[in-house]
Amino acid sequence: MTNDTAPLLSVQNLCAWYAESQALHGMTFDLRQGELLTLIGRNGAGKTTTLRSIMGMLRKRQGSIRFKGEELIARKTYEIARRGIAYCPEERAIFASLSVKENLSLPPVLQPGGMSDEALLDAFPNLRRRAGSMGTKLSGGEQQMLAIARILRTGSRVLLLDEPSEGLAPVVVKEIGALIRRLKEQGFTILLVEQNLRFARSVADRHVVVENGRVVDVLTSAQLDADMARVQTYLGV
Amino acid sequence: MFDNISIQLLAGQLLIGLINGSFYAMLSMGLAIIFGLMNVVNFAHGAQYMLGAFVAWLLLNFLGINYWGALVLAPIVVALFGLVTEKLVLKPLQNLDHLYGLLATYSVALIVEGLVRQQYGSTGLPYPSPLPGGVNLGFMFMPWYRLWVVVFSLVTCLGTWLLIEHTRLGSYLRAANERPQMVEAFGINVPRMVTLTYGFGVGLAALSGVMAAPVYQVSPSMGSSVMIVIFAVVVIGGMGSIIGAVLTGYLLGFLEGLTKVFYPEAANMVVFVVMIFALIFRPNGLFAGSEKSR
Repeated sequence: MTNDTAPLLSVQNLCAWYAESQALHGMTFDLRQGELLTLIGRNGAGKTTTLRSIMGMLRKRQGSIRFKGEELIARKTYEIARRGIAYCPEERAIFASLSVKENLSLPPVLQPGGMSDEALLDAFPNLRRRAGSMGTKLSGGEQQMLAIARILRTGSRVLLLDEPSEGLAPVVVKEIGALIRRLKEQGFTILLVEQNLRFARSVADRHVVVENGRVVDVLTSAQLDADMARVQTYLGV
Repeated sequence: MFDNISIQLLAGQLLIGLINGSFYAMLSMGLAIIFGLMNVVNFAHGAQYMLGAFVAWLLLNFLGINYWGALVLAPIVVALFGLVTEKLVLKPLQNLDHLYGLLATYSVALIVEGLVRQQYGSTGLPYPSPLPGGVNLGFMFMPWYRLWVVVFSLVTCLGTWLLIEHTRLGSYLRAANERPQMVEAFGINVPRMVTLTYGFGVGLAALSGVMAAPVYQVSPSMGSSVMIVIFAVVVIGGMGSIIGAVLTGYLLGFLEGLTKVFYPEAANMVVFVVMIFALIFRPNGLFAGSEKSR
């Protein structure tokens, strides 16, 4: 059903609630095949909630989330994952009871092209050196690498990354940026939540500005550069 | 005090302690697995253990299926009952406080025990030993069946521990124990895994019940009488700690046996004395931190 012009992932009028509290008020945006799109906005704007809603992790959702033409709004989290969308949360979710190797090999291969443990350890040599350590003994940067490496096992070609640069030293942020650019070059489609504007600018094609649970603007990186004052108003900086 | 103690008495009580410890270990392991993954304090565990013994008795008396057949069939039958219990009783309560699960499973235990008592009465029903006879060790007589119970429970505990600590399935279980939503985001059907884990824990209880049938009388109250000790074992070992539950089960079985030799009056309470000290000095359990999942 998909073609070059149709979006790979289309979010239309998405509303979501935490218990009785509404967090999203009609998010609408498209993600195209091979694109790297960021969601930017203040804390509490609804960026993380959008990713979690796409993954079916919020019980109460309304609106439409279409992936390759298929409606996902009523699907369960594991069903959405099996269709080829992978999620890397802000807190990285490294399992304390598992070693680095066990964390890495935990996700099953769900789609053709899922990387083997060996291929992942080749791609992330730091993790090979720490393979026997418990996951939470890694540094913040290594944990972030592990969290991203882990979802590459699934073979999913759409990655939802939540603030991968959060809390990391500038030199590590550069490494993460290089990794994300590499993934884009390899054809992954990426939806990235990011508060670090410079980082977002350095990796993304377009930027969706989120405020109070809805989209208020969509900018290309050139527009972002040209009208930084407007963006900073959105972000309250 | 120690002059009157013969080696036969000591060895005999230690053997009884080992047998009891085997049942404590298997039962508390199932309880720890269920608590670890589901955060459910499964008060129906004793009733499910009793059901295992009763199903074995029914299979023998109505279908002529012997102990060895019952050892396979009864846990499956009771595990199926566990799956239904999980779907109908526990699933609707999964997002509520532990207390709701505890009360619900306690209700299930009372209903099951009441139904069995109403149908078969309170007096125990005999179950023949599948391995009569034994071996004279010189200082004591070791019945074959009791030797089988000890060996089989050790193998079962070791196998279950290996399954959980050293297999991919075990990694899923441990990871889902920490962050179930994240494991589901990897494409794993966590709700089904939770249901099957409950079934597995219930099956372990039933397996213990089948093994207990020839040792103790098959009676409706056999589960409730052991249940309080099992909870003490799990608390002392560390809630949700599988290796803690197993080791504490054997240790407390031995301790009970030794207490029967040296100070029989305290034998029934020694487990709870240990529990109080454990709660005061090691509230997370004696074995907290001794396995990967801690």
